[in-house]
Amino acid sequence: MDLNKKFTPETWPEHPERATLEAKNKFVGFWLFLGGETILFATLFATYMALKNKGPSGFGFSTQELYELPLVFVMTLLLLTSSLTSVYAMHHMKSFNFKKMQLWLGITALLGLGFLGLEVYEFSHYVKEGFTFGNSAFSSSFFTLVGTHGFHVAIGLVWVTLLLFRNAGRGLNLYNATKYYTFSLYWHFIDVVWVFIFTVVYLMGVIG
Amino acid sequence: MSSVAQKRSFGAAFWDWMTTVDHKKIGILYLIGGGFFFVLGGIEAMLIRIQLLQPNNDFVSAGLYNDLITMHGTTMIFLAAMPILFGFMNYIMPLQIGARDVAFPFINSLGFWMFFFGGLFLNISWFLGQVPDAGWTSYASLSIASPGHGIDFYAIGLQIAGGGTLMAGINFLVTIINMRAPGMTYMRMPLFTWTTFVASAMILFAFPPLTVGLFFLTFDRMFGANFFDHTMGGNTIIWEHIFWIFGHPEVYILILPAFGIFSEIFPIFSRKRLFGYPAMVFATVLIGFLGFMVWAHHMFTVGLGPTANAIFAVATMAIAVPTGVKIFNWLLTIWGGSIRVTTPMLYALGFIPSFVMGGVTGVMQGAAPLDYQLHDSYFIVAHFHYVIVGGVVLAILGGLHLYWPKMFGTMLNEALGKITFIFFFVGFHCTFLIQHWLGFWGMPRRVWTYMDGQGWNTANVISSVGALLMAIGVIVLVINIIMTVAKNERIGNDPWGDGRTLEWAIPSPPPFYNFTATPLVRGLDTVWIEKSEGNMTGLTPAEPITDIHMPNGSIIPFLMTFGLFVAGFGAMFHQETSWGLPVLIFGLAWTFVAMAARSLKDDLGFHVTKEQIQRDVDNASKGGRI
Repeated sequence: MDLNKKFTPETWPEHPERATLEAKNKFVGFWLFLGGETILFATLFATYMALKNKGPSGFGFSTQELYELPLVFVMTLLLLTSSLTSVYAMHHMKSFNFKKMQLWLGITALLGLGFLGLEVYEFSHYVKEGFTFGNSAFSSSFFTLVGTHGFHVAIGLVWVTLLLFRNAGRGLNLYNATKYYTFSLYWHFIDVVWVFIFTVVYLMGVIG
Repeated sequence: MSSVAQKRSFGAAFWDWMTTVDHKKIGILYLIGGGFFFVLGGIEAMLIRIQLLQPNNDFVSAGLYNDLITMHGTTMIFLAAMPILFGFMNYIMPLQIGARDVAFPFINSLGFWMFFFGGLFLNISWFLGQVPDAGWTSYASLSIASPGHGIDFYAIGLQIAGGGTLMAGINFLVTIINMRAPGMTYMRMPLFTWTTFVASAMILFAFPPLTVGLFFLTFDRMFGANFFDHTMGGNTIIWEHIFWIFGHPEVYILILPAFGIFSEIFPIFSRKRLFGYPAMVFATVLIGFLGFMVWAHHMFTVGLGPTANAIFAVATMAIAVPTGVKIFNWLLTIWGGSIRVTTPMLYALGFIPSFVMGGVTGVMQGAAPLDYQLHDSYFIVAHFHYVIVGGVVLAILGGLHLYWPKMFGTMLNEALGKITFIFFFVGFHCTFLIQHWLGFWGMPRRVWTYMDGQGWNTANVISSVGALLMAIGVIVLVINIIMTVAKNERIGNDPWGDGRTLEWAIPSPPPFYNFTATPLVRGLDTVWIEKSEGNMTGLTPAEPITDIHMPNGSIIPFLMTFGLFVAGFGAMFHQETSWGLPVLIFGLAWTFVAMAARSLKDDLGFHVTKEQIQRDVDNASKGGRI
């Protein structure tokens, strides 16, 4: 593949993310990978539901006392918005507007960073209250499920940061278009998982 | 590489294999790695059978016996059977669909190294004297309580190897979806490719639960979590569910490619197309689907209740239907064929009755009430060895003889091959048939010795003698391989004379770019069609010879995996030593730096020019080698 081939918005293909065989492979492979990730999170969810509120005798934590919806609401807002901004970025990628794509992805990364910061605050708050990774089956399954999601967010942030800086000087081409596109798929996936966490962990935890 | 034979230094050749991303070389690496672990698992099996040779034997201690059965099972499933099948998939499947390469050559290499280092990690436990000892299923009630670092080796070693397996699965799936030659529709794909496809899809959905389960185990044992500790609210049944949601599909991940290999052997040596090809494809997919619906039949005696047991019993027995379809289609492929009883065909013929016996005992256990009687007895041991050895291992040995000439350009000795078969086959039935009765007579599995006077003595001697016969068979195979390599008599494209699929139309071994020009596929068994229409090359090109794009080799997969390997030791020792945590962080950082290096440096591969290919073709037509 020729990295130096120059495109204009007119010659840029309609589906740049799968315009070459290598790109098509990455595109399909990444969708399949997300299928595997779905199973991974499904297993974590099932375990969480089985171990919810389970602890040693005299264990003093329940989902109702622990979770605080306002904080989780702000986190949800940040992450859902970051998914929207990544959609804008992909829109500009398809119309070959590199600068605007970088800008919207930068905003996506900042929103993601905000989410992660609040999650770190939330976790440290729980630990301060005495709800630690090791004090019950409930806490282990909570931190593992939500923490795995948070870890995915962190990986996504490193990924998009590397992409933004690596390509800043050379613009869009058919080699990195796929990389940008698979990142956006990944980011949406993280968002979908969060919607489930918000519902299954927090809403169901507070309401009943 | 080129048409000119070059003498290369050992160092250069070694570096070449360390950095290779060629699917054929990675296939051979898988075969070597898997073969090594197969021998290791076999030695463990022999030690088990020596211990059980007579009552009240003290050849090994009870603790060592637990180590042996755990490592035998783990090694054979994760480090021998699956990698060897991956070897065949890697080598043969891209050739069968007319592809130049797999979809992700880099990830393919990463997958191999992760399998290899995961296996190494597991077996280093022997040198530390702290070996996994809770059975290959590592039930949490046992594994949480196991002292020392044995189970830690299990959890981390399998985690690394399992990651490699997932990558291999995705790679095979995308290769089959995207890289088929023109005309190679799904319903023209050879059965081995189809079974690779379905097994890979099963890997994609079965391995993430294992990943999660192993993380739970790691967290519980090394990082203070409480998933399985009931005093802290945990629940060990969760491990059983997660393990078998992975573990049951796993046995189909093993057996489906084995079915695929037999589906290649029968048509070649019966000189008939595979009977009922569409039904075979449908049965493969159906088995793949049902494989996920039956995990709780491993848990009938857990106490899930009669409703759950009944549902899983029915689902389990349903699998017998597509499997039966396959058996009858193989029989009808042989029926009326012009049969040549070569070594691969012997394995295929031996497979049918052996596997049917294993399948029938499986249906017996599918009946939940009977399973209460048979549970944890030697009947179970007999059943799964009939399926895994009578199915998978016979396929591996048959496939090895069938594809050896394609892989190495030289033919394994047929007489020695038949001797191997006879020893192995007789030894296999001798070992495991009697174990069905041992189970009926009440001998429990996983117990290191038994008392005299229970009527089990003679049967155990028979079983141990059978194991010895199998070992002799494997030794003959090793001799055969050494002799073949030493003699190195070169053979042509189609050494069996009746090859039907694309891999038999190209040189043995194939050039690194596989096909000089992408072939045009004109039907099922396309090479057979070409040959029967008089085209003795067996190939119709779909395009003129053009420049071929190939990937560069890379050492990064090796480096990435090495980081994980180091991090594993850090995780294991972080609680009792001061260096544990720094090593864990260093190892993970090493891996991340390697990943970043991979993503920051563009690696666009290189082109083989059409002049070079044309020279290779001309040279081959003059009798030279590509």
